Amino acid sequence: MNFAPVIAVGELQPVFAWLYGLLQSIGLEGTLLTVVMYAGLGGTVFGVLCVLALFLVWWERKIAGHIQQRFGPMRNGWHGWYQTLADAVKLLQKEDVLVDTRDRPVFFWAPVIGFVAAFAAYVVMPFGKGLIVADLNIGILYIMAVTTFTVISLLMAGWGSNNKYALLGGMRSAAQVVSYEVPMVVSILTVILYTGSLSMVDIVESQSGLFFNWFIFRIPFGPIAFITYITAATAEANRTPFDIPEAEQELVAGFNVEYSGMKFAMFFLAEFINMFTVSAIAVTLFLGGWQGLSFLPSWLWFLGKTLMVVLLLMLFRWTYPRLRVDQLMEFAWKILVPITFANLIIAGWFKWAGWYW
Amino acid sequence: MAVGDVGIVFWILSVAIIVSACMVVSLRNIFHCALALILCLFAVAGIFILLGAEFLAAAQVLIYVGAVAILMIFAIMLTSNLAAKKITQTNENALVGLLVCVFFTLVGWVLLKKTYEGIWSHLELARPLPSDNILTLGKYLMTQYALPFEVVSILLLAAMIGAIVLARKENA
Repeated sequence: MNFAPVIAVGELQPVFAWLYGLLQSIGLEGTLLTVVMYAGLGGTVFGVLCVLALFLVWWERKIAGHIQQRFGPMRNGWHGWYQTLADAVKLLQKEDVLVDTRDRPVFFWAPVIGFVAAFAAYVVMPFGKGLIVADLNIGILYIMAVTTFTVISLLMAGWGSNNKYALLGGMRSAAQVVSYEVPMVVSILTVILYTGSLSMVDIVESQSGLFFNWFIFRIPFGPIAFITYITAATAEANRTPFDIPEAEQELVAGFNVEYSGMKFAMFFLAEFINMFTVSAIAVTLFLGGWQGLSFLPSWLWFLGKTLMVVLLLMLFRWTYPRLRVDQLMEFAWKILVPITFANLIIAGWFKWAGWYW
Repeated sequence: MAVGDVGIVFWILSVAIIVSACMVVSLRNIFHCALALILCLFAVAGIFILLGAEFLAAAQVLIYVGAVAILMIFAIMLTSNLAAKKITQTNENALVGLLVCVFFTLVGWVLLKKTYEGIWSHLELARPLPSDNILTLGKYLMTQYALPFEVVSILLLAAMIGAIVLARKENA
């Protein structure tokens, strides 16, 4: 294993080179230096994502407000811009209410695992040209693997709370995520068929050029794969119309009903990070990743495109009603799965016949 | 990465695997057992990474943690009698079982020691594989090992259909 890429993270290269020199001058070397460098890199990504999640919470509330013909948060700062910051500080100092009948270790570890799983995907996320923590050759497969821990955290939260609403929420989420993983992975496979590589960097590189090289414009299979991916991804992120794990009206709040204070904040933040993750994957696979015209830096293209997909998910949430449990399963297995498989076969045929650019 | 570091990671993973595997067969709460199983499978994926087989590691997590373990937990949650009860994981054969385990561990130890003399001193298992090893794997699955691959698929399909036939009601 080679840890050299840490020192060459694209546009941030000078900063890391400086840090590397500084750490070397105080006598760190070998494995310890690598570990410290990775910790610094991880801390940077973590910080950026936390700020981003806070922004997304505010944005969602504003969009929800405007869709429902009200303003949303308005009190703190210009259009309430530091409302979520205030909320976060409030949650940090709140009492951690613990149920006596909880399953102690499970209750404690559930938010931790959910939080870690939400951030783990960003190891292979290409934020910009050369701006990636580690370009693993299993890239997208790695993301699919680590995000399964989100389900486990939901199940643990549902079980550990020892509450029937929480348990129902956890079970519903397990059934839902396992079902929707199938169309999601098959949609991704359609892209992999054309890139011939699982590495996120290679996937972005293969869509270089003008926007008609993006995978979504590979007619006819590209748009279909994008639509099925976004549908499945909405379900994976547990968002309306697929938010039965935490359907407020039937389950109070679902799996996180017994959580309060800091632990609730971790679930809440992880949820928004997950939404950003599925959008970032959609951008990387279908919308050319950080590719764009050169008058803006590549990471800004990536961020802008991802926020547009996030906006799409938010519009879904505030326009569509929630599906019933049986409709949800029927939709996954009887509609989405056949469509994605048919699409994969069509894409394979086009690839074999050479009808693509 | 230096050999010593690989050794440290290997030992951490091994201890995690053994401890969590023991927890799977000894804890009295069946949900905790399932979680310990997840930890065990995850640590095995870590071993795969050490061996340079990233694809296997991802497949391990995706299939065992993401599907098999979740289905187990799902089954545990749906079985209400199982959920609240403290189970006992031992019966009158426990002592005999322990003796057999110790015996086979010793046999394995001796065999490994004979076969790989000094495997503990240089853990040079982490040879870097070529970065296109997934490509090679895919090619072999589609050419040389196409028949076993298809046979396994049909076996899995038969198991799935069998499960559905067993589970569905007669006149539903």
